[in-house]
Amino acid sequence: MTTLSADAPATPRPAALRRDKRRWTGWAFVAPFLVVFALVLVAPVIYAIYLSLFKEQLIGGNAFVGISNYTQALSDPKFWDSLGRVALFLCVQVPIMLGLALFAALAIDSARLYLSSFFRISIFLPYAVPAVVATLMWGFMYGNRFGLVGNVNDFFGIQLPDPLSNNWVLLSIGNIVTWEFVGYNMLIFYAALRVISTDLYEAAELDGASQWRIIRSIKLPAIRGAIVIAGIFSVIGSFQLFNEPNILQSLAPNTISTFFTPNMYAYNLSFSGQQYNYSAAIAIIMGVVTAVIAYIVQNSGSRKEK
Amino acid sequence: MNSRFKKTVWRTLATATVGIAAGASLVACSSGPGGSADSGTAEDLEKALQTESSITVWAWAPAVEDIAKAFEEKYPKITVNVENVGTGNDQYTKLQNAIKAGSGAPDVAQIEYYALPQFALGKSLADLSKFGFDDLEDKFTASTWNSVNLNDKLYALPQDSGPMAMFYRKDVFDKYGIAVPETWDQYIAAAKTIHDADPNAYITNDTGDAGFTTSMIWQAGGKPYTVDGENVGINLQDEGSKKWADKWNQLVEGGYVAQTSSWSDEWFRGLSDGSIATLIIGSWMPGNLEGQAPDGSGQWRVAPMPQYEAGGTATAENGGGGDAVLEQSKNKLVAAAFLKYMNAEEGTQISIDKGGFPSTNADLESDEFLGYESEYFGGQKINEVFADSAKNVVKGWQYLPFQVYANSIYNDTVGQAYANKSDLNEGLTDWQKASASYGSEQGFTVSEK
Amino acid sequence: MTSVQQGAAPAPSNQPTDKIDATTGRVRPARRSSTGQRRPRFAKPQEGGFRKKRSVWLTVVMAVMLVYALLPLFWLFVNSTKTQDVLFNSFGLWFSGDFSLFANIGETLAYHDGEFIRWFGNTVLYVVVGAGGATFLATLAGYGLAKYDFPGKKGVFAVVLGAVAVPGTALAVPTFLMFSQLGLTNTPWAIILPSLISPFGLYLIWTYAIDSVPTELLEAARMDGAGEFRTFFTISLKLLSPGLITVLLFTMVATWNNYFLPLIMLSESTWYPLTVGLNQWNNQASTAGGEAIYNLVITGSFLTIIPIVIAFLFMQRYWQSGLAAGSVKQ
Repeated sequence: MTTLSADAPATPRPAALRRDKRRWTGWAFVAPFLVVFALVLVAPVIYAIYLSLFKEQLIGGNAFVGISNYTQALSDPKFWDSLGRVALFLCVQVPIMLGLALFAALAIDSARLYLSSFFRISIFLPYAVPAVVATLMWGFMYGNRFGLVGNVNDFFGIQLPDPLSNNWVLLSIGNIVTWEFVGYNMLIFYAALRVISTDLYEAAELDGASQWRIIRSIKLPAIRGAIVIAGIFSVIGSFQLFNEPNILQSLAPNTISTFFTPNMYAYNLSFSGQQYNYSAAIAIIMGVVTAVIAYIVQNSGSRKEK
Repeated sequence: MNSRFKKTVWRTLATATVGIAAGASLVACSSGPGGSADSGTAEDLEKALQTESSITVWAWAPAVEDIAKAFEEKYPKITVNVENVGTGNDQYTKLQNAIKAGSGAPDVAQIEYYALPQFALGKSLADLSKFGFDDLEDKFTASTWNSVNLNDKLYALPQDSGPMAMFYRKDVFDKYGIAVPETWDQYIAAAKTIHDADPNAYITNDTGDAGFTTSMIWQAGGKPYTVDGENVGINLQDEGSKKWADKWNQLVEGGYVAQTSSWSDEWFRGLSDGSIATLIIGSWMPGNLEGQAPDGSGQWRVAPMPQYEAGGTATAENGGGGDAVLEQSKNKLVAAAFLKYMNAEEGTQISIDKGGFPSTNADLESDEFLGYESEYFGGQKINEVFADSAKNVVKGWQYLPFQVYANSIYNDTVGQAYANKSDLNEGLTDWQKASASYGSEQGFTVSEK
Repeated sequence: MTSVQQGAAPAPSNQPTDKIDATTGRVRPARRSSTGQRRPRFAKPQEGGFRKKRSVWLTVVMAVMLVYALLPLFWLFVNSTKTQDVLFNSFGLWFSGDFSLFANIGETLAYHDGEFIRWFGNTVLYVVVGAGGATFLATLAGYGLAKYDFPGKKGVFAVVLGAVAVPGTALAVPTFLMFSQLGLTNTPWAIILPSLISPFGLYLIWTYAIDSVPTELLEAARMDGAGEFRTFFTISLKLLSPGLITVLLFTMVATWNNYFLPLIMLSESTWYPLTVGLNQWNNQASTAGGEAIYNLVITGSFLTIIPIVIAFLFMQRYWQSGLAAGSVKQ
């Protein structure tokens, strides 16, 4: 992530203020942010690392155990199971969501759409719905006896698969997440598309380039940065999947296990199992994994540019 | 990041921390000067009630708020803050966190019987015998009193109980000409009759529920958990456990139970329209049926729980719980006095009126209680059935000192057998292994026999 | 999904504009004007310029997406007009029984001594202080990073962006334990403090400030003897306002929708925000004597999203330009 590079939005050097008495003025502006940042983000990370080196038991108290929580996590099938599940989720849901978002953004930007601003706002609206409400809503609809799925089954006399059964639950969760965030990503792409110079299109059209060719050769390259960032944040979001499965769990306790996602596992370990230390170790491992994957996405995104 | 930066951040962080903590402590804080004694006589309690102070109670049972109001009227100097911080497990999580954090716990908390050993073990609950509450033994049913007495200490007063019974739809049984089943074999036969006649109808719903499973094993005479201090035995394949699993397998493997989660809106719809024909559940259920399945009015009836042997009477407790005083409390005398008021004095009637099922002998034997004819249940004197059940609860049941966690992983293990319609015995074995490994992890000496 | 995604950054397009030319090959000779220019180009006409033919086909495909986006919201609206009884006994996607929306709203607001209103007030408090504070801190810091050179600047950038990758939810437990040792749990501080940080906001303001606040202007103010902070508040803040409103909007959504943090930090319902309160209502049916109020849960959910939707519509003019500008700058 950090390779977004420290000097990416670099202030033009010559213009920067270098007089000595102002050397520290910048700090005065940045300090309030950093103080709170240190308290709510840096300190918990450090505390988590500290916790992860101990083991506290209901019987027998607290003891320093070094890295044994980490070695235990790395050989814990439940942890790998949950990690595999979010990885699968990531590989399927993120491309679909970003693909839909990109399509919608291009469609709205194409000026070939009736009522385009209505579309823009409407597709974006789900983003304003709290994840809790979204999940409650979809949960009601997924009901295969009295929910929307049940209604459809009765109406057409068919038997749709239960959205909350083992084979389908991940897809159902993916649907909720896609619904929530497709409009948000669309808006990011759209904002980036809006600032491409129209001169470029005109020239291309004069040259007889097809729409498809313009999209591929002008628009997509121009918003590659936007796509990379949206990708990175979607990766982070997938690895942190928690709210949706956690709320759906009461409807599908047998299919959504306590270790359905790494975050749920960490949560249940500490909050129902009081294994705070082991849970902290899993949180730290997930932080490292997420950072590495985000770094890879960022890197592969930038490499294509060169 | 240079070192100067680090220093700056840490210094500012430290300053900010102190400032915020100081500000927060003004917001937090509770309790008055009611005295922080850890023990006291009835006189001490009475005296404390005449001094201005407040207590905080965490409870989700709807009756508690009304009881608190009545209490405040009787003792105007006392303020009782009732907080619903979540139902069951949600509350335990918060309670556990407050205990772990060393502050923030309430003075009184509602704790179900199955969860009590876990909190008792952590020394986070006050021993109520120090307030002379041992004398109250005769007031409570034997099974509930047994549930709040652990390791020779009294950790809670029973608030309600859930002796089990069979709730059934008379209209459905009549429609298919089914006689009220007295044994589990008859029950299974009825299940087949109903589901074969109407594929959308089921004898009951069951997607796997830890509380239900343990209650059923309890009725079957199983004693899967044995606890002696730090020595814990777990055997979910003992005779009783197997007996239940073998019977219930016939329903689950055959697909004769509805895959509807209890307490979901679909569940209440099924209970309303009769597509779920029976419930084997605690006797606190009538209020929920009346409130949430109003369309089922007049159709439901209550019968004793089916038996393994014809003519048997064995039952078990399902749900129910008591209230405990937290060690963290700074106002234990008032907290204890409130507990007594709520569970052994005027509070019991308020609780009954709100749909709670009593754990007090006097209420269970009162004519008013036994003679009550429920309109929802077609005028049946349902409390007679329940009171009988309360007397026939199998003795000697014990929960694990980490039952809350064990129940939380139930669906990862036994739940899988339900989902796959495979042998429940395998699910129980998995559950046993997972529970045992957690127990060892936490420092208990666990034997799986 | 998570607060991080909600606060996700609009893309700072990583490549300078001249890359477009490099990758688009033969397009380049036609227009040189697209290179070397640092200012944002808002020359592009509104979409729907005159010369393009509208496509029915494309509109139909997009209409499908529209239905997907709006169907659940429609469901929510339809069902908030039903009573508890009708809710369970009618087709979910159409009106049925008496139109009880207003009765439901009245009941929602009055239920349990009006705790919904209390939660609403809490949510507003968290949004005003949390999102407002986050926007303020991000603006100050973003501006400072954009307009001043100081030792350790690169380090700040690295740490802030690196921290975004750390899973916030998984850190909930250490955060809880730390906060409880500081006596912050079960107070509004436990919700407000973490909401004060918006790395995305910082980044957006940073990129936005570089161009929208001309350095010459700051120099001129300095010549006149104005202090740095005075200049910030009197001159720069105004120039930053589109970016600021964009950040404000995204932090508002993040705070308004915050669920997990309040869930673990708060144990008394007096401080609940709407999200946690609604979930508690949803769960309360599952106990002896508990009352099922699904109609109020649904109506409450409906009421919860209205203010945030209004905020979106109301502020959209501003935030779209802020987002657009922030997403291209290099």
